Amino acid sequence: MDLAFTPEEQKFADDVRAFVRANLPADVRDKVKNGKHLIRDDYMRWQQALGKKGWLVYTWPKKHGGPGFTPAQRYIFENICAEEYAPGIIPFGTKMVGPVIYTFGSEEQKAKYLPAIRESTVWWCQGYSEPGSGSDLASLRTKAEKNGDHYIVNGSKTWNTMGHWADWIFCLVRTDPKSKPQEGISFLLIDMKTPGITVKPIIMADGGHEVNEVFFDNVKVPVENLVGKENEGWTCAKFLLANERLGIAAVPQSKRGVEALKDIARAEREDGKPLIENQSFAEKIADLEIQVTALEFTELRVLSQMAHGGQPGPEVSGLKIRGSEIQQRITELTMEAVGEYAAPYLPGLLWQGTNEEPVGPSYAHLAAPRYFNTRKTTIYGGSNEIQKGIISKMVLGL
Amino acid sequence: MDLSLSDEQKQLKDAAERFVRDKYTFENRRKIAATERGWLPENWAQFAELGWLGMSFSEEDGGYGGGPIETMIVMEEFGKGLVLEPFLPTVVLGGGMIASAGSKAQKEALLAPMIEGKKQFALAWLERQSRYNLADVSLKATKEGAGWSLSGHKGVVYNAPSADHIIVLARTAGSAREPKGLTLFIVDAKAKGISRRDYPTQDALRASELTFDKVSVGADAVLGKVDEAFPVVEGAVDRAIVALCAEATGCMDAINAATLEYIKTRKQFGVPIGKFQVLQHRMVDCFTNAQEARSMTLMASLKIDDKDPTVRAKAASGAKVQIGKSGKFCGQSAVQMHGGMGVTDELSVSHYFKRLTMIDLMFGNQQHHLTRYSNLAMAA
Repeated sequence: MDLAFTPEEQKFADDVRAFVRANLPADVRDKVKNGKHLIRDDYMRWQQALGKKGWLVYTWPKKHGGPGFTPAQRYIFENICAEEYAPGIIPFGTKMVGPVIYTFGSEEQKAKYLPAIRESTVWWCQGYSEPGSGSDLASLRTKAEKNGDHYIVNGSKTWNTMGHWADWIFCLVRTDPKSKPQEGISFLLIDMKTPGITVKPIIMADGGHEVNEVFFDNVKVPVENLVGKENEGWTCAKFLLANERLGIAAVPQSKRGVEALKDIARAEREDGKPLIENQSFAEKIADLEIQVTALEFTELRVLSQMAHGGQPGPEVSGLKIRGSEIQQRITELTMEAVGEYAAPYLPGLLWQGTNEEPVGPSYAHLAAPRYFNTRKTTIYGGSNEIQKGIISKMVLGL
Repeated sequence: MDLSLSDEQKQLKDAAERFVRDKYTFENRRKIAATERGWLPENWAQFAELGWLGMSFSEEDGGYGGGPIETMIVMEEFGKGLVLEPFLPTVVLGGGMIASAGSKAQKEALLAPMIEGKKQFALAWLERQSRYNLADVSLKATKEGAGWSLSGHKGVVYNAPSADHIIVLARTAGSAREPKGLTLFIVDAKAKGISRRDYPTQDALRASELTFDKVSVGADAVLGKVDEAFPVVEGAVDRAIVALCAEATGCMDAINAATLEYIKTRKQFGVPIGKFQVLQHRMVDCFTNAQEARSMTLMASLKIDDKDPTVRAKAASGAKVQIGKSGKFCGQSAVQMHGGMGVTDELSVSHYFKRLTMIDLMFGNQQHHLTRYSNLAMAA
């Protein structure tokens, strides 16, 4: 056991940093650094640069075209990307459907879909939750009926992130209405351009548009778009959720968030002195930093375990719980640091990227919207109540 | 001792409830928030007609002889409807300061028309560096003939876009953050030299950044005594804090009611989610938090006119700490129990959550008032 990086790992870290500095478009870096709203093209330019290098799918094994990073390399890569203000990699292709396809898909499917995910030429989105099926995902009702060489899909999906930018959607659909909830579900890949698909925006509490409802009205999907066996999609679903929950911990982003919070607390004044000199407030930041460290080392333990074989197990649920709570705490303390200047609401600056002057310091207008928006982290990817249920059942045997 | 409402106070509560029910359905509120002004003149006229603009002022000031309990009753109902009319800046802060420190002439010229619904106010106290220190003021007022000249900046001035008069806290003597040497000026909002940048706030109110560039005012613009404004402002802000606590109590009642209804009707795993113990306990904690908030608001409303300034300050800070804590708990829990729907703009839950969040930030958050309370309580 050794915490220090080997000379090879150190060399790798230098290579990653040099690559990010040379290939991350300056305007995209600037947007991430200043908390500006990113558009599809911003993500695509960065992801395609990573794709060319072979690092976009950095969690994939070599045999599926990934770089086959060790846990240490993964850790280094994620942290340096965050430190250098790279946008988060959109997970729907790279961390969700990609691994499902290379684990459960046919050779034809691997050949058809994986290259475009590795190179980021196709934008994927997720069709899991439904208006009536949130935490109870297996109760989903969007149905797919077989009709010759096609399925006919009818129903709706919700909390579909960035679907308005997507080329393809992966969906859980009900193919057998008579069996038990988990047993009649299938995993389907659907081209978003197929007639009968409508995407309707959902406006969030912060005024932004990032999620949608997606409606399917007699949408014809070729049977070869089924991944795995019919009625066995729940296996893919669970496999994908476990991967999703690992990413949700967002440790590098939280480390960056704590540093940004410290910068704000240094810039803000209280009775003429930097706010960071307020003992009570400094202790709140210290407490948060300790929480992030505990999370980081838990994630490192999970990664190390995975390196010695095996998929992430139920312990991943704990990472999601703490990771999401920490993300929320960062936004809460940031708002506290900003004080009354968190009140002005500047939608132009937030969403349209206008050159409007901020009110007060440049970071102030972001604080409250981020706090409101980040409430979603303890809800999505299986609410924290659900995660605790999983741990109590699967880990503790209660 | 008797903590029950009088018949008149019950009638006031009924009238306020009726107003919110009739005029502040959630969809109606959305429409009002989207108007240019952000509030409705017809509602303001109705407040005047119902006597709400004058209820907390003495009869000799042209009011109806009520006090903080009347303000509490109305603010609590306003909280339930997320009412947008600028009652707090105009009546509680502006009217309150004029009543406590104004001359006879100022009361006649400003307070009387305010009670009739014809004048609105805004208090400009905050500056970029002030945080929650009311004495951290650098906007300067210098003698200019018989009058004064004001130069400097004020931030997040609620209701400045609609106010007829801005009540400005300025430094006339002393060094930075010194409580002595502060003076209040009542300035015509259209006075030459004032420039304004207006914006909506997170919770759909209206506020402005104000720049004063050699704004000339007469000697009669001074509210109270020169260099002696600090206790006036502190007292007015403490009364505003108690009014905000009442509003927050109303918000908590409404958000808890919406959440309770939701967990009784939303089904997952074949049962209403309210059948799950983890949500039941959280809902109980929300209920308890709202009870504590209501109790502290009542305590503070009863003590805010106490003759001992320490009692008043402790009451306001104690209640604000409770409201910050309870408001955050109820708001965050409501969003969580609503799941994804809780973070959408579509449901009222996120709007109550935003208002509760902003109430904590106004005039000192939970941490600030815990420190203030602690200093007051340990000194005694």
